[in-house]
Amino acid sequence: MYRNLSIRQKQIVWAWAFLAVPVLFYSVIRFYPTGNAILISFQDWNLLGKRTWTGWENYIKLVNDPVFWKVFKNTFVYLILGTPISLVISFVIAYHLDKLRFMHGFLRMLYFLPFMTSAVAMAWVWRWFYQPVPIGLFNNLLASVGIPQIAFLNSTTNALPSVLAPAVWAGLGFQIIIFMAGLRAIPRSYYEAARIDGVSNWTVLWEITIPLLRSTIVFIVVFSSIGFLRIFDHVFNMTTNNPGGPLNATKPLVLMIYESAFTNYDMGYAAAQTVVLFLILLAVSLLQLYLLRDSK
Amino acid sequence: MSDTAIRASSETLLATKAPKRPANMGQILRWLILFLGGIAMIMPIVYMLSTSLKWPHEVYDVNLVPKEPTLDNYRFVLEDGRFYGWFINSLVIATITTICNLFFDSLVGYTLCKFRFPGRYIVFIAILSTLMIPTEMLVIPWYLMSQQFGWLDTYWGIMFPGLMTAFGTFLMKQFFETVPNDFIEAARIDGLNELEIWWTVAMPLVRPALAALAIFVFLGNWTAFIWPLIVTNSVEMYTLPVGLSSFGDEADVAWELIMTGAAISTIPTLVVFLIFQRFIIRGVVMAGLKG
Repeated sequence: MYRNLSIRQKQIVWAWAFLAVPVLFYSVIRFYPTGNAILISFQDWNLLGKRTWTGWENYIKLVNDPVFWKVFKNTFVYLILGTPISLVISFVIAYHLDKLRFMHGFLRMLYFLPFMTSAVAMAWVWRWFYQPVPIGLFNNLLASVGIPQIAFLNSTTNALPSVLAPAVWAGLGFQIIIFMAGLRAIPRSYYEAARIDGVSNWTVLWEITIPLLRSTIVFIVVFSSIGFLRIFDHVFNMTTNNPGGPLNATKPLVLMIYESAFTNYDMGYAAAQTVVLFLILLAVSLLQLYLLRDSK
Repeated sequence: MSDTAIRASSETLLATKAPKRPANMGQILRWLILFLGGIAMIMPIVYMLSTSLKWPHEVYDVNLVPKEPTLDNYRFVLEDGRFYGWFINSLVIATITTICNLFFDSLVGYTLCKFRFPGRYIVFIAILSTLMIPTEMLVIPWYLMSQQFGWLDTYWGIMFPGLMTAFGTFLMKQFFETVPNDFIEAARIDGLNELEIWWTVAMPLVRPALAALAIFVFLGNWTAFIWPLIVTNSVEMYTLPVGLSSFGDEADVAWELIMTGAAISTIPTLVVFLIFQRFIIRGVVMAGLKG
């Protein structure tokens, strides 16, 4: 039978034969669970008992939960601090590193190395750095120059930036590499023309380099925004004694989801939170599509 | 950015020749500042390694070089046996997942790129749209699924969500665009079937992309935390990150042991990076800009 098919028909058979397992996978492991998560968000369920339909109740509970608003705020503080800080630092490093030849590869390696580490391992390293005297490195260093101790992880105001720091640190290497690739893609002739015209470096930076890096910048902003909105590993590991503490000062949305689902077994409530997370991330992704379309 | 620009930029990123400028004070200052910054960047890693070689009584010293270096912490942590098991678990899971991704992502990418068939566009959009779904939204349904089918606390349970990725599929699809259709036509005329064409003609031409994908998938699975944390509940089934997290809690103030555990889970990826540095950076650029 196969022999009687035309070349085009054979292609169709092959294509679907290749796609059969993947299509099944994406349906069962991606689409069905997505629908299921949305469904569960309208139900009340503690894993053991019955799933009962409750309509919008989980969402109403969420809107009236002060912890949720605290968590919502924290999540956006991670984003609003983390994204610009890492963007500026990585751009400045990439911009200057791009101008250096001497041991260029070695310097690049130093900056990239943290990207290859595991978030959990590094969260524990930083957690140790933050301990009070006589344990933590930072406070020991401060003490050795006579500066009073700083409560990093035990303070409601300092804890969030302290948890954010290793997350920013670990992501820098990737952003620097992407920025350098973007910088190299700018035709040299632009710079040469500017030099002939006697334009200052500062003007070249703002009038040529940054506008031409636009798509790179959009990519990095969106990529890191999504990362900060989904922050979990660092927070969980740096505050295991009191996840998200002190007093929920560091708790991000993903940690609240984890606790609702797997500590309190309130599956419906957790699912409603995941839907909120999904909508936030969707908005960020759509914004990226919009910005990139504009630049072409 | 166009394909050629991306390729050109990932190539030039690695080339070190550029117009020679005479070394001046500005350049020297720039180099020094970047060098110090780079040293600061690796300090957490260096301190982790140095502390893992210290005796407990020396841990609270800020000195970088241990006075009497010892491998005692490694001996203690490895003799305990759990880390050994977690290491094997992580290695097996990351390896199988990587192979699976290389196979399926490239197969799907190739099919979407080189075949014309009804439903192509729908499949393409469907897979693309899964990029928008965050893992965190799926963990609850995955957990229920695992509970129902008895996948909790098994390798399969840890692995199944990541066996194929939309990211990898699109990366591969982009790269198969660079394989000339003439090659495929010629192979067809030579009597190769479609599976053979994909495997023997197209795949060898996208090796750099396969390598880039392999790096990303392996690293992603080696460091994955939230799903393995949820799906495992016996200590023997933990992966390295989950194990390290529970060990850190349990070791409490024995920071030299925690640093040793952290070092054990970090050293393999660092070594791989140091060996394949140029290659990995090129892969990151390709994956970052194309995926």
